[in-house]
Amino acid sequence: MSSTKQSPYGAHLSYLQKGQLGYQYSTVAQKAVYFPREFCPYSGEDCLEWRISKGLGTVYSTSSVFPKDGVAYNVSLIDLDEGFRMMSRVETIPSEDVKIGMRVQFKTHTPEGDDPYPVFVPVAA
Amino acid sequence: MTLSKSRGRAAIVGVAESDLGQVTEGYSAMDLTAQAVFRACKDAGLKTTDIDGIFCAQSQNRFAAMALAEYLHLPEAYLDSTSYGGSSFMGLLAKAQEAIAAGLCEVAVVAYGSTQRSMGRKNTSPPEYNPYESPYKPFLPPTAYAMAAARHMHQYGTTREQLAEVAVAARQWALLNPVAWEKKPLSVQDVLSAKMLSYPLTVRDCCLVTDGGGAVVMVSTERAKTLKNTPIFLLGEGHCTTHASISNMHDLTVTGAKRSGELAFARAGLKPKDIDVVEVYDAFTINTILFLEDLGFCAKGEGGSFVSGGRIAPGGVLPVNTNGGGLSYCHPGMYGIFLLIEAVRQLRGECGARQVAGANTAIAHGNGGVLSSQNTVILGTAATL
Repeated sequence: MSSTKQSPYGAHLSYLQKGQLGYQYSTVAQKAVYFPREFCPYSGEDCLEWRISKGLGTVYSTSSVFPKDGVAYNVSLIDLDEGFRMMSRVETIPSEDVKIGMRVQFKTHTPEGDDPYPVFVPVAA
Repeated sequence: MTLSKSRGRAAIVGVAESDLGQVTEGYSAMDLTAQAVFRACKDAGLKTTDIDGIFCAQSQNRFAAMALAEYLHLPEAYLDSTSYGGSSFMGLLAKAQEAIAAGLCEVAVVAYGSTQRSMGRKNTSPPEYNPYESPYKPFLPPTAYAMAAARHMHQYGTTREQLAEVAVAARQWALLNPVAWEKKPLSVQDVLSAKMLSYPLTVRDCCLVTDGGGAVVMVSTERAKTLKNTPIFLLGEGHCTTHASISNMHDLTVTGAKRSGELAFARAGLKPKDIDVVEVYDAFTINTILFLEDLGFCAKGEGGSFVSGGRIAPGGVLPVNTNGGGLSYCHPGMYGIFLLIEAVRQLRGECGARQVAGANTAIAHGNGGVLSSQNTVILGTAATL
């Protein structure tokens, strides 16, 4: 019998398709869980609920990647205000201008023919 | 693994590298693994047919111990293919000791081989897809270590020049090692002006991409008494897995080496000041700084100044990565076995121009993944048991 149950990644993707950044929250450990999982790794309980992030975060660390050909692009780790961290990139400014501590806002990026994924832009000062 | 009951019941009696650098086309990873095993057995005064325990990890063979059992024609050998990246060999050595103490085998070999230079990295360790990281195209592993370096610079004022000092010291050691890949001196300016890969790391902040294999032979202490080499003992081991993907690492400036080091030192009954030779997994310049801090050789945040001014180079205050390291000697992808080999050779006093005089204790710290798996072992001569 084939299952129609949504995978952790599938659920995350569904939020992104609505322009939302979904994350899991452990009601037992009382903390955010990211990447999405089948159960809470902190408590070992089946106690994860999906929540929607406000999408505001801070750059925890950042690097400019220099490909063999082409321009440098940004890869960053973002700490969301709800207490989880994710890899992403900061767009709309040159990669070298992305600084640790910078406040950033989530948006959905939808590549042609591929799954959408979260990216960030600087919060206007 | 506490090693509390197995300590002293097994000893390292043979070590060897395979051919290093770039091997002739057609050599397989298993050819180099077996070549290293053959040489390590010869070093010990044993034959490969004496082996009854195979502890093997590789990126080019999914069932590494099985493939080595086939190559060596050892159908009944005890097998262990545990793999968690470049630090696997520290754990495999501890498992070998436990297996020998438990009577599961008597002559164990810990082995590795890779042809990532001659065959190309994309053919020998293809990247694994991660939907939460791959869309951003991090250049892994360098970008993960670059972000650790950037965070260390932000929090502690560590500079690119201090990172470069690590590469310069490694190169000075490599120039004393006849089998090291790099043969020319390196300056801080050379590192800074090299091609940028993932800011703040240039290509000279990153390890080499070479071919190579290595093997360590461990036997029961009873058997060691019948062999010619000075036996070297595993005094303590510790392991800590903080994450697999870099986006799940809690604090990019504090690695699992803090915990793995605490465990290894406690089990060995030693402290950092008791260690004569330090071998740490320098896949990137930031690694040496992080591991010297986390293992307790200097305070957190002070690694940058600790490594500067030739302090970890030949003639410095602390001999670190005396073979030239992954930065300048060899780095076939899972480097941990080479840390063990160099530590043993230093303790046997056979390192020639790079020998640390009177070395009785050595630490070999392995790193796997992207600062993910930290595995520390402390080795010593019979006098330290």
